[in-house]
Amino acid sequence: MIHALRQLWTIRGTLGPRTYWALAGIGLLVPLVLWTLLANYGAISKVFLPGPLDVALRLGRWWAEEDLLDDIGISTYRVVAGWALSALIALPLGLYIGTYRSVQALLEPLTDFIRYMPAVAFIPLVMLWIGIDERSKVAIIFIGTFFQMVLMVAEDVRRVPLAQIEAAQTMGATRTEIIEKVILASAKPALLDTLRITMGWAWTYLVVAELVAANSGLGYAIIKAQRFLQTDKIFAGILLIGAIGLAIDQAFRLLHRMAFPWLNTRNNA
Amino acid sequence: MDAARPLVDCRGVQKIFGRGATAVTALQNVDLQVSEGEFLTIVGASGCGKSTLLRAIGGLETYTAGQILVDGKAVEAPGIDRAMVFQNYSLYPWLTVTQNIRFARTLSAHTRNRTSSSVEAALGRSDALIRLMGLTPAADKHPNQLSGGMQQRVAIARALMSRPRILLMDEPFGALDAQTREVMHDLILHVSELERSTVIFVTHDVEEAIYLGKRVVLMAPRPGRIDSVYDVPLPATGRCQDMRQSPEFLRLRTQILGRIRETAGMKTDLDLLQALSRQASAS
Repeated sequence: MIHALRQLWTIRGTLGPRTYWALAGIGLLVPLVLWTLLANYGAISKVFLPGPLDVALRLGRWWAEEDLLDDIGISTYRVVAGWALSALIALPLGLYIGTYRSVQALLEPLTDFIRYMPAVAFIPLVMLWIGIDERSKVAIIFIGTFFQMVLMVAEDVRRVPLAQIEAAQTMGATRTEIIEKVILASAKPALLDTLRITMGWAWTYLVVAELVAANSGLGYAIIKAQRFLQTDKIFAGILLIGAIGLAIDQAFRLLHRMAFPWLNTRNNA
Repeated sequence: MDAARPLVDCRGVQKIFGRGATAVTALQNVDLQVSEGEFLTIVGASGCGKSTLLRAIGGLETYTAGQILVDGKAVEAPGIDRAMVFQNYSLYPWLTVTQNIRFARTLSAHTRNRTSSSVEAALGRSDALIRLMGLTPAADKHPNQLSGGMQQRVAIARALMSRPRILLMDEPFGALDAQTREVMHDLILHVSELERSTVIFVTHDVEEAIYLGKRVVLMAPRPGRIDSVYDVPLPATGRCQDMRQSPEFLRLRTQILGRIRETAGMKTDLDLLQALSRQASAS
């Protein structure tokens, strides 16, 4: 017993898979049980705290009577489009910032400056410049993710060990070859992680993006539910966004494991 | 090529980091000649500029004044005639051992005049290096599956792949345990004899410097400079571990260690330590 306790409280210790999943189960179940108890037996009105069953039923009605799948589809499209557009520009830009000091000096302070500006505050400007169609929602998500992404990509590139680059130089590699065959190849796992993390951030900007004259989407549904005091629908929308995010995150992790098997092979020589 | 001309010729090399009051002279007026086929070791306390000098010869570091000539031509950038082995983190973890060793063959510098026979020769060369370095069982593994010693064997094989004229080694065994080091010492001696390579080997380990070098260059810090040069009184070829116990070896080791202590200013620290312990025992 004491031994088992000690194992749980070892700094950077290891855990068996069964203990791990048992703890993970507890971590997920306890809040759910607390929520149920609080909603059903507490003295809190359902307007403030609907129970898990209410939320599940609401989700069913949303799917059967309203356009849940359409809402999921359009929101996913907006998030992925804004994130992909941002990746398309941030990857090459970050690569150059992390590789050349001159580009870093030119662009990094500016990026650092802009990334502290709140994306929400850009909504009036985006409406003024781009309008209120689909592009404006994508633009808000782009503004929310792009500047962070550039800096993270630059940092990933800078973390490529200098010895790897210098070894290539002494083997006669040209500048282009060093960028393609060493820097990019070496930073790839970190870059995929950055794409995964920024995808999560892109989802957090969804509700903000759908403040802009939207009439569909999960974020829009949450905002509308607030107007009608449909607390269970707000819960359903938030939980749904969390679940979609979790699924995408897991897909990225799976891709990571499949694309870089050499990262997970340790000393079995 | 002029037979009398040294392969590497450093004349009055100077390197200053920073400027103004915080400027540090890493290299001051360094003169050093290395002849073809020589195994030269450079030893010294940290901060003596030994790595800076090696990197300058490799073209990875610029210098402030003086001249470095390799085969009569001034060094301006890294080149395939000067291969470098680093202490660690230089292997490509996403490539297998064989792919790491053949990496240079994927670069345009080596494929410009590619013919089928040169490709075949290169494949034969990498296979030979893998066998020579004892890497056959690890050929298809990735670097992070290998021990530190095995990883350095890969790094050496990769450096030798394109038959460089000079092999520059920057504390390549610094991160290895003592037993692995001894094995690596005999291996690198064996390989350098076989390949007839010119080697410049930087280390902070005096025994390593004597055991490997035909000549040992001792550098001293503040400012970084060459302090003295020693001819090693051991046979040029066929060295073995027993020679580490020979009187000539031990005498030279004592001499060089003493000189390092003098030049590194460690003498005063030792005196202070003794004074402190006297104080402690008196009270």
